[in-house]
Amino acid sequence: MGKMATREAYGRTLQEIGSDEKIVVFDADLAGSTNTGRFKKDFPERFFDMGIAEANMVACAAGMATCGKIAFVSSFAMFATERACEQIRNSVCYPNLSVKVCASHAGITVGEDGASHQCLEDLSIMRSLPNMKVICPADAASARMAVKAAYENDGPFYVRLARLATDSVYGEFGEDVDFTLGKAHMVKDGTDVTIIACGYMVEQAVEALNILESEGISARLLDMHTIKPIDKEAVIKASKDTGCIVTCEEHSIIGGLGSAVAEVLVENAPCPMLRVGVKDVFGRSGTPAELMAYYHLTGADIAEKAKQAIALKK
Amino acid sequence: MTSEDKKSLELFSARMRRWVIEGVYNAKSGHPGGSLSCTDIICYLYNRVLNVNPENPSDPDRDRFVLSKGHCAPALYSALGLKGFFDVNEIKNLRKIGSFLQGHPCKAITPGIDMSTGSLGQGISTAVGMALAGKVDKKSYRVFSVLGDGEMQEGEVWEALMSAAHYKLDNICAFLDYNGLQIDGKVDDVMSLGDIEAKTKAFGWETVVIDGHNFDEIEGAVEKFKANQGSGKPFFVIAKTHKGKGVSFMTDDPSWHGCAPKEEQYNIAVEELDAKIKELEG
Ligand SMILES: Cc1ncc(C[n+]2csc(CCOP(=O)(O)OP(=O)(O)O)c2C)c(N)n1
Ligand SMILES: [Mg+2]
Repeated sequence: MGKMATREAYGRTLQEIGSDEKIVVFDADLAGSTNTGRFKKDFPERFFDMGIAEANMVACAAGMATCGKIAFVSSFAMFATERACEQIRNSVCYPNLSVKVCASHAGITVGEDGASHQCLEDLSIMRSLPNMKVICPADAASARMAVKAAYENDGPFYVRLARLATDSVYGEFGEDVDFTLGKAHMVKDGTDVTIIACGYMVEQAVEALNILESEGISARLLDMHTIKPIDKEAVIKASKDTGCIVTCEEHSIIGGLGSAVAEVLVENAPCPMLRVGVKDVFGRSGTPAELMAYYHLTGADIAEKAKQAIALKK
Repeated sequence: MTSEDKKSLELFSARMRRWVIEGVYNAKSGHPGGSLSCTDIICYLYNRVLNVNPENPSDPDRDRFVLSKGHCAPALYSALGLKGFFDVNEIKNLRKIGSFLQGHPCKAITPGIDMSTGSLGQGISTAVGMALAGKVDKKSYRVFSVLGDGEMQEGEVWEALMSAAHYKLDNICAFLDYNGLQIDGKVDDVMSLGDIEAKTKAFGWETVVIDGHNFDEIEGAVEKFKANQGSGKPFFVIAKTHKGKGVSFMTDDPSWHGCAPKEEQYNIAVEELDAKIKELEG
């Protein structure tokens, strides 16, 4: 199976659903990078380049949505969620409009462009907005399902997309893989520890599972693609069944998946929990692989954390 | 416009102003100054221009109105209430817990509100989006918006102006409530706008300058906007106004931007406005 970036899956999925006249797509001079350019090619009359003006782009899409449109807006995650953050809050989420913020180049695997372009706070910020739903797909096949879920369900969505072409976890792009909005996907069952991951970290966690298995440790792996609304049931069950949890995200350890899981645990089923993520620092330039190692986000790092979590069990 | 027409618009405006004062007084907070400066513009739009129907406030073919300077919600609520979008007496509950009349316009819960606003700069962008949707759908509705002059300092406003010109949105008409004041004082002292007429023209908008309290001139501007449709250029109206217009002690005084009258002051304002209403009814 070939590698494909989730941003490419996004562009291809827009092409697939694009004949719906209700769909309009906005970009801010990054159509090639975000892959909205694919939609532009097929449906130029419903594609709007708004120039390098993200705030106006988001609010303008909101105005379109008040007129019955399903508006997809794209830029890099950095600029979509942080430059235009308040527009997303006040003009999209407050009036509860069907604006789908699908932002690429999230996380550390942006690579050489460095910290100014490596968005590590988007899940945290988007998750805290009322009415907003947040998805971080693991591979191209599930990204397609995520984009379709955003399209089919009313209201604001944030879909976190990556630059890096990655392996498939679910299957080939285009397959209708098992993906339910708001329901964690169990990649593998296990009994000693549960690893809860999202995005590219699911692939890393699969590697961690292999390492752990070779050491006789049985780990459950959940792809928590929907960060909000989070699948509480799956988190509580993981706590009860395996007694400890490790969360993994290509994002700050503050406010993202780890925090969302911790919130469910402390109120419902406390158990030892450790987080793998970027430890409240900015990124830097490097190749994606170098950066994953530098920030301790690899399969080996996850396996290590899993063993620490198991040791915390009484 | 006949003198009868003018008189009936003046009466509607006076009633709107009376409700602005009533709402803000009862709420013990809110923004009377800027509400009173845009009252005549909003009055004219809701009485003579906007194709909207209180029985069907979300008709997809209706004209849109976005109050980009959302803090002046009392003026908009007064027009909507007097036009029957809801019981005008609800304005007595403005800003109170349980009321659908929020401190700033809320699309989700208030009939007749086309967009939630309050964060300055965003409303005009959303209005541009509505105009763009009208073009995409080949609909004939038009989009109107009112901005504040302090609001013009927001970078997003200029992004919005640029995008409307780029997409040739001749179905949008923006009014600038050019009252010269913002919270910290005179716009010229806080952050001067320079030659705003030249700037909006340079951003590709057909621009006219009027007296924003003169119904003949407001009508003239709207007629020019209508005539301009088909030109591919958005339309900008710089409406020279007075903050606090209609209440003697509030006029041109920046301290009435965001504060409610005390009982004594309320009584004076009511006396003035009731006298005006009586005169116009007579
Ligand atoms: C983005 C944003 N910043 C600050 C404010 C607070 N604020 C409310 S009204 C106002 C002054 C507005 O002045 P102007 O646009 O001239 O309005 P008007 O004089 O018509 O009342 C400010 C700064 C706000 N509502 N939104
Ligand atoms: Mg002003």
